[in-house]
Amino acid sequence: MKYLLLKHYRGAPAPVNDVPMDRWKPEEVDAHIQYMRDFAARLEETGELVDGQALAPEGSWVRYDGEGRPPVTDGPFAETKDLIAGWMIIDVESWDRAVQLAGELSAAPGAGGEPIHEWLEVRPFLHMPPTVSE
Amino acid sequence: MNESLLRELVPAVLGILVRRGADFASAEDAVQEALIRALETWPDDPPRDPKGWLVAAAWRKFLDVARSETSRRARELVVEIEPPADQVPATDDTLRLYFLCAHPTLPQSSAVALTLRAVGGLTTRQIATAYLVPETTMAQRISRAKRRIAGLPLDQPGDLGTVLRVLYLVFNEGYSGNVDLAAEAIRLARQLVALTDEPEVAGLLALMLLHHARRATRTGPGGRLVPLVEQDRSHWDTGLIAEGVAILQAALVRDRLGEYQAQAAIAALHADARTTSETDWVQIVEWYDELLLLTGSPVARLNRVVAVGEADGPQAGLAALADVDPDLPRYAAVAAYLHERTGELGQAAELYAEASRAATSVPERDHLAREAARVRQLLRP
Repeated sequence: MKYLLLKHYRGAPAPVNDVPMDRWKPEEVDAHIQYMRDFAARLEETGELVDGQALAPEGSWVRYDGEGRPPVTDGPFAETKDLIAGWMIIDVESWDRAVQLAGELSAAPGAGGEPIHEWLEVRPFLHMPPTVSE
Repeated sequence: MNESLLRELVPAVLGILVRRGADFASAEDAVQEALIRALETWPDDPPRDPKGWLVAAAWRKFLDVARSETSRRARELVVEIEPPADQVPATDDTLRLYFLCAHPTLPQSSAVALTLRAVGGLTTRQIATAYLVPETTMAQRISRAKRRIAGLPLDQPGDLGTVLRVLYLVFNEGYSGNVDLAAEAIRLARQLVALTDEPEVAGLLALMLLHHARRATRTGPGGRLVPLVEQDRSHWDTGLIAEGVAILQAALVRDRLGEYQAQAAIAALHADARTTSETDWVQIVEWYDELLLLTGSPVARLNRVVAVGEADGPQAGLAALADVDPDLPRYAAVAAYLHERTGELGQAAELYAEASRAATSVPERDHLAREAARVRQLLRP
């Protein structure tokens, strides 16, 4: 079963260790990045890693504007409530395992080398229906 | 020499290496390497003795690895392993591989991957593509599984139940990537029927054949889900249905009923009917009762409700629904259908919409959203 672990720049409830990264010590930033790398490497080793990507905070809204016209762009909107920072996709045996892994990811160290306790969103993938379901 | 013939040789070749004293994990890696070589070179240069070629290539690979590992440990030690004669019947080896690869200590996804590689002869890349994960992840999953079962004796009788469960999971994955997993599951189940004498193995094969017979009619353009009642029955594969029914009947007379035979019996009753209304719903309800006795499965209980609704009317169906766990994924969909049949269209539309939000697959979600829209349209003056 595949799950998406979603990290937010904005929109998630406040973490316990709520200090933005730009106020950490450089070595704390390094420790955080190393934790994320180790986490991904460990999931690859267990055969559970599908993908992990980070997103820039800046982007734009785009929409179709009719036949023969270029798409309209707008924004970015500073007031957007929900801003996704990145994701990890895992393929695991159960929901419980997905929650366990999200918990570990949320323990990544932040200011003072202490776990951030960041809130992560865990979402199951929709998949193909089983053949035998009638 | 086509690819499926080549793949059929894989478990026998692996069995021979293990018989010669190779450990399962290294032997399996060596066979995989030989298989990849064969896939590359055979189209231009087919061998006269394909099995002999594979055994030789895999054995050479195994010795190379064994020697380099040995020389790392102690350079002066030289292994010269001479292959003993291959006298043991390959069928026993192959059956043991099924048991080992689906060992109950393995997580299901690992058992599936290992079975497809070691018994099915698929490459790691093909399995990774089919399950939409990176090749490195799939390779790690397989080697981890092999580490977990390392040291288990190969000559012990295994747990047939977990083997059947693994094949059932593979079948249910359907067609993904470039690999027809349903066809592969059928091939592996056919092989297992030939190796064992268990009515449940035949029951699973019959179940697969009966569902496979309807495959072409189960999806419409763009992967749209076509429910049983709307399927074009003239396009069901009558050859597969006849084969599935014959296999099932031969299994049932042996009077050792199990869950796969019961499910196959239900599938056979659907396959036997020319229309939904001609379906023998009363017998289907009886088979669901058997299935519930055997498994107690909540999903079977929910599916039984649908059959009750057809056999005894939607009110009876709704009454039966009271005994079902409302948290089941398709609960709202079943409730919606029954309420539509009783004429409570407003409630049916709400329930279809709710079911659509709870769906676990895209085609199902879209189908239920379409149903909600259809019923809402009936409500408009």
